[in-house]
Amino acid sequence: MDNILIKIRNLTKIYKMGENEVRALDGINLDIEKGEFVSIVGQSGSGKTTLMNIIGCLDVKTSGEYFLNGIDTSKLSDNQLADLRCSEIGFVFQNFNLLQKMTALENVELPMIYKGVPTKERRQRAQMLLEMVGLKERMHHRPNELSGGQQQRVAIARALANNPHLILADEPTGNLDSKSGSEIMKIIKELNERGNTVVLITHDPNIAAQAKRIVRIKDGRILENEVVTP
Amino acid sequence: MRYVEALKIAIRSILSNKMRSFLTMLGIIIGVTAVIALVSIGQGSTRSVTSQIQSMGSNLIMVNVMGRGGESSLTYDQAIVLKDSNFIAAISPVISTSVTAMYGNNSVDNTTVNGVNGDYQSIRDIQVAAGRFILPMDDEGRNRVAVLGSNVARELFGFTDPIGKTIKLNGQNFTVVGILSQKGSSIAGSDDDSIFIPLKTMFYFAKNRDIRQIYIEATSPDTVELAKNEINSKLLTIFKGDTNAFRIIDQSQILSTVNSVTATLSLLLGGIAGISLLVGGIGIMNIMLVSVTERTREIGIRKALGAKKKDILLQFIIESLTLSGLGGIVGIIVGYVLSMVLGSAMNINAKPSLSTVLISFSFSVIVGLFFGVYPANKAANLNPIEALRYE
Ligand SMILES: Nc1ncnc2c1ncn2[C@@H]1O[C@H](COP(=O)(O)OP(=O)(O)O)[C@@H](O)[C@H]1O
Ligand SMILES: [Mg+2]
Repeated sequence: MDNILIKIRNLTKIYKMGENEVRALDGINLDIEKGEFVSIVGQSGSGKTTLMNIIGCLDVKTSGEYFLNGIDTSKLSDNQLADLRCSEIGFVFQNFNLLQKMTALENVELPMIYKGVPTKERRQRAQMLLEMVGLKERMHHRPNELSGGQQQRVAIARALANNPHLILADEPTGNLDSKSGSEIMKIIKELNERGNTVVLITHDPNIAAQAKRIVRIKDGRILENEVVTP
Repeated sequence: MRYVEALKIAIRSILSNKMRSFLTMLGIIIGVTAVIALVSIGQGSTRSVTSQIQSMGSNLIMVNVMGRGGESSLTYDQAIVLKDSNFIAAISPVISTSVTAMYGNNSVDNTTVNGVNGDYQSIRDIQVAAGRFILPMDDEGRNRVAVLGSNVARELFGFTDPIGKTIKLNGQNFTVVGILSQKGSSIAGSDDDSIFIPLKTMFYFAKNRDIRQIYIEATSPDTVELAKNEINSKLLTIFKGDTNAFRIIDQSQILSTVNSVTATLSLLLGGIAGISLLVGGIGIMNIMLVSVTERTREIGIRKALGAKKKDILLQFIIESLTLSGLGGIVGIIVGYVLSMVLGSAMNINAKPSLSTVLISFSFSVIVGLFFGVYPANKAANLNPIEALRYE
């Protein structure tokens, strides 16, 4: 029990569009243990991003239960959810979502600002993380001066800023060419090897196959739960 | 998040769009400038008017006689006995008429000639530039002497020294014995265009002994009220209880009347300027709303990375406070310079007071806060998912 990081029971998410209802998630049951590397695959519109947003405490479910590290997330206030996002979760988005007016270094510092890490420590850690993803020389560049692969590496460094347990990556290679894509996948695998729990969302079977477990999702339901044998 | 970080973000955002930030601040700059300049000029003119009124003479009491029925004026004796009082230092009845003054070929039409006695100089604090003023002996001797206001002297004599020269007032000869100092125009009236002759000489010159105006100096500021009461009861006896037959005014009454007028005026000017500050605030709100919309995605990212509502709120409020505060500071500088320039052009001391500066600055900051809260609140309440999806 102690080892379960994510516990999802009967989770639904319904978007109401006027008269119409979209059941983006329709009765999801999912357990993810600490240190796992799970990929969630499914066609576009199957509900992957919706699931990730709820796991990441960015969005709230319509019904069902979601426990993160044993905590019932429905009992948390907005501020507590923000604290969770800040310290426990690192997001990597398909479109990077870097702040354009800031340098790579400043982008990586951002989560630490919200956590209240002192300036000097913050700077040192951001430099260390950028060095780790191989961007030592590009620290003072802005996102528009970086290639897609480099931007995604900045985003990964940012996701690691507050040393979260959980890394959520939504189609991290979706906007990249295959070479940068495989570089990013290499970094993500290394993160998992170092102990981070990784949930990777993708519609690409080849990418999904690099995880240790694949969860297939269709029309908001889980189809199968398959363990990849290396 | 600490305030320092919020301030850094605000400054960065202001700098990243300099032209827009400047235009936004312009509203506040103009507002603060207007408040400071208008209030300072209002206060400056009040001070100048006050000092003008005080220069009419200290402890001054003026009596105007309108009369009652057949008795439309006082006789000289009735007027001069008012001096039999412990509270009155000096008294001069005045009779005025209008004449044509001539010296050689130079003439001045419609000049006011005042018949006054020897007390008049001290009552009105009159400064003599050359020669002397009317003396008691001139009055007793009904001397045909005249003291000229500075403008009259210049128009009649040009560069010639007038002292000892003979001028003609309506054809009658008078010897010039003194010239008054230039006083400049003033709301209290100016003697620059007047001529003074002895009162008793005036009786014969104007063929008129009716006293309708008396200038009185009380012994001290404390006795002004007592003197007024005494004069009032004496005149009531003469005019058989008719309070409308005469009017007694002292300097503090004039001062308070004028002050209440100028205070109202200053308030009005300040209010109008305040409205422009308010309009500046609406400009800030407008730009902040645009900025929130433009930065929806940024807000979504910040929230995903762990920013709380209050972090976003603080970021945008500090941004609008910085805009309004900077605008306020620039407005203070421009307003200060403008007040000094306008003040020297209007010949008044319009140096802005510290309280004017502080009040208008705090008002600009309050405006920034007030109009910044709504956009900031809007930003803080954005749904992170929708904000992240925003293109
Ligand atoms: N904010 C929203 N409002 C309405 N419908 C939405 C919203 N977000 C997602 N959906 C719908 O929910 C379904 C799942 O979407 P999503 O989770 O983004 O799928 P995926 O990431 O697998 O492509 C889709 O049918 C989508 O149209
Ligand atoms: Mg998606």
